[in-house]
Amino acid sequence: MADTGRSDAFVEFERVQKSYDGENLVVKDLNLSMPKGEFLTMLGPSGSGKTTCLMMLAGFETATHGDIRLDGTSINNIPPHKRGIGMVFQNYALFPHMTVAENLSFPLEVRKMGKSEREAKVNRALEMVQMGAFGGRRPAQLSGGQQQRIALARALVFEAELVLMDEPLGALDKQLREHMQFEIKRIADNLGITVVYVTHDQTEALTMSDRVAVFNDGVIQQLAPPDTLYEAPENSFVAQFIGENNTLEGVVTEMMGDACVVRLDDGSELDATPINVSKVGERTRVSIRPERVEFNKERLSPDAHTLKAQVMEFIYMGDIFRTRLKVAGNDEFIIKTRNAPDQVRLEPGSEIEIGWLARDCRALDAS
Amino acid sequence: MSDATSSGPMLAADGTPLKTSLARSLRMRKLRALMLIAPLLLFVLITFIAPILQMLLRSVENQIVSDTLPETVVALEQWDATTGDIPGEFAFEAIYLDLAIAVEQKLHTRLGSRLNYEETGMASLFRKSGRRIGRFDTDVYTDQFTDLNAAWEDPETWYEIFGDERNVAELPLVGRSWQRWAALFEAEGETVGKRDLEDFLFAALHYETRQDRYITSENPLLLQAMRAQSETPFETSRLIPQFEDADEDWLDHAVWQTIKTYSPRYTSGYFLNAIDMEKSPEGAVAKPENLQIYIKLFWRTLFMSLVITGSCILLGYPVAWILANLPSRSANLLLILVLLPFWTSLLVRTSAWKVMLQDQGVINNVLVWIGLVAENDRLALINNQTGTIIAMTHILLPFMILPLYSVMKTISPSYLRAAKSLGATNWTAFWRVYFPQSVPGIGAGSILVFILAIGYYITPEIVGGTSGIFISNRIAYHISSSLNWGLAAALGAILLVLVLGLYWCYDKIVGIDNVKLGG
Ligand SMILES: Nc1ncnc2c1ncn2[C@@H]1O[C@H](COP(=O)(O)OP(=O)(O)OP(=O)(O)O)[C@@H](O)[C@H]1O
Ligand SMILES: [Mg+2]
Repeated sequence: MADTGRSDAFVEFERVQKSYDGENLVVKDLNLSMPKGEFLTMLGPSGSGKTTCLMMLAGFETATHGDIRLDGTSINNIPPHKRGIGMVFQNYALFPHMTVAENLSFPLEVRKMGKSEREAKVNRALEMVQMGAFGGRRPAQLSGGQQQRIALARALVFEAELVLMDEPLGALDKQLREHMQFEIKRIADNLGITVVYVTHDQTEALTMSDRVAVFNDGVIQQLAPPDTLYEAPENSFVAQFIGENNTLEGVVTEMMGDACVVRLDDGSELDATPINVSKVGERTRVSIRPERVEFNKERLSPDAHTLKAQVMEFIYMGDIFRTRLKVAGNDEFIIKTRNAPDQVRLEPGSEIEIGWLARDCRALDAS
Repeated sequence: MSDATSSGPMLAADGTPLKTSLARSLRMRKLRALMLIAPLLLFVLITFIAPILQMLLRSVENQIVSDTLPETVVALEQWDATTGDIPGEFAFEAIYLDLAIAVEQKLHTRLGSRLNYEETGMASLFRKSGRRIGRFDTDVYTDQFTDLNAAWEDPETWYEIFGDERNVAELPLVGRSWQRWAALFEAEGETVGKRDLEDFLFAALHYETRQDRYITSENPLLLQAMRAQSETPFETSRLIPQFEDADEDWLDHAVWQTIKTYSPRYTSGYFLNAIDMEKSPEGAVAKPENLQIYIKLFWRTLFMSLVITGSCILLGYPVAWILANLPSRSANLLLILVLLPFWTSLLVRTSAWKVMLQDQGVINNVLVWIGLVAENDRLALINNQTGTIIAMTHILLPFMILPLYSVMKTISPSYLRAAKSLGATNWTAFWRVYFPQSVPGIGAGSILVFILAIGYYITPEIVGGTSGIFISNRIAYHISSSLNWGLAAALGAILLVLVLGLYWCYDKIVGIDNVKLGG
């Protein structure tokens, strides 16, 4: 406990690296610290090293370099079965030759728990995931969603304080997914457990987590609560990866503290907030969320820069309208407007002027 | 599902009950599918099932006695074997006629060898008697009949009299003998022609015309012969002394006993023999201790097959596990090593073991060299059960490894990980989670190895000596050396039943759907 600076950290990765083949680093210099009770999601494209991190935490892979600490103690040399970490696998890994109840009582049996105590805990766990009546069935006789619940119950039944979940909802349909997201979140909150959750579905990450770690290429690109992540992405990867995003490329022409002017490649200029640009003349990529783009002049600040845009396509989506524009040579520029009674439906082919608040427009790295 | 709605059963569009029309359409589909596979099915039936049925039949078939000795079989019906006396002259007369024809047909030696399976000495008895039977002095009858009327010398006379079925019915012995004899020539497309009539025909004629009996036939020759004999009985030729002269075993009660016991067309004799029993007047009894071999051999075959299966599991499981957990490139290489033995001849592999295991062989030499075994105390590894078990385990090992491998290949490593993350040690994770999932592979491998082992033949023959041979070696012996196919068939049938029985037990205990060859 003494060797860590932050005493509230429950799970800690410190300068962790991992390589499978001795040539490529799959995880590069991972630093992460989680307080007890947090629901942290690792989000990232396929192959970005999420599962690898989870496996190192669970003890099935060893870190090539660095230290992983659980509750202040380094666990690098503790075998997986002594770590007491609950885990829900991507394919559930329910033991096919055991019934649901046997699956659940397995972790209790290996902990040499008495029979009556075991039964009580198994029943409680089954009740928790609302599967009380299914104890006698085999995993193969359950639907995907039911198997998922059992896997969750099994990871929780031995009262692990830390539960790892590797894309637990990957195989479910949309409706069930949403329902299970809610269930998992509810159970995690009720039990007060710490959860590391892996997904590459950003909606899932945003709706469930206390904090989200966006992975790319073995590096955490940003670690922040969902709203920060969405509204204040720190680099263009995060901006692109989380939610829908419009980008325009250009060069910084003026720096004024917390605002800057960017000249786009077709010559027009716009106001932006500099995030990771620092000097005039630097290339940048500005990012604007579709719902923050305004074409109604009354709602724009009078001194803001505006851009000319051509309406390419109008898509009716029920609750919102989605309009595709051509702006500064980019014809994939999307704006979203609410389907309100007084809302204007833009005609394809018409010319309009668009603008936004400088704080909604973020000048990020050009990479 | 039930269709018990208030409106009764569901109806299809044309008004027939849905179930009926579903069944009809399914039946059509099945029929079409069956027609597609019909040629193959027929082929399998003919080439696979038919020989098995034929073999089963052969194990109870016993036509040869009643076909070769029909008159004797009839005659012996009147003989009570339990008295301990041999039958009287009447039986010798019958067997004389039968043998005379059998000698013509050259069937008497075959019958001898058949009966020799049941009673040693029968083969030589029939062979010897066959040689002597032509020299019996039954020609007295020939002379007396031809003296009485020269017409008897002419085959035409016989054709005329015994071409008439009514006469055959009234004088069956001579009638049937004549017909069988004449049939011998007719089968070759000729008639008796001017051939000399054999003495035994006149003997038969005498046996049936010697007593005065009423016949409806008006044939003057027959009537004359009967009248003449009732006035002055013919000079006779007693058969018992002549048979005794040919081979005194004819006075042995056991010989007659055997013929009588094996006269029915179907016999349980082969099966009794196959379980170390024999027929006796008191029914089936166990053979003397020193002649009992088959039961012991069956037990040994079973026991050794189990030991071989067990050692295949012990050796094959780790190998399959390594195979399933290696990266696929090295796994393929290893798999080739596992399959390598299949590319060399079975005989070569077995002979190699002979070289390895012998007294002065590689293994013993190494053991002596290390000092584990004393020079004058070398291990007996061959020509006994040890040799058979070692060699057969090696030969059958791939049949265990392959199904195990293909089953293990399908067990996701995430199960082991899951078990460990739930707190199980490596051993518990293996034993409680991995092993049960690999049981179907063990089952499939064991069935394969066991069934192959129980019928194995070449390897025990070469390395088994006398104490390491299997029942199949006895079967092979009876097929190719002793030519006792009936016994071989009976042993084979018992083996088949045994295997099916074990299979049934396996199904009851483990469940046959618990067997996986892969996927
Ligand atoms: N056992 C292994 N041996 C070698 N390379 C591996 C191994 N496991 C993963 N990798 C590599 O490490 C990188 C990260 O893999 P990882 O499984 O952590 O990705 P992930 O983020 O979980 O992806 P996904 O979202 O598709 O599950 C990938 O490039 C992968 O090819
Ligand atoms: Mg993964």
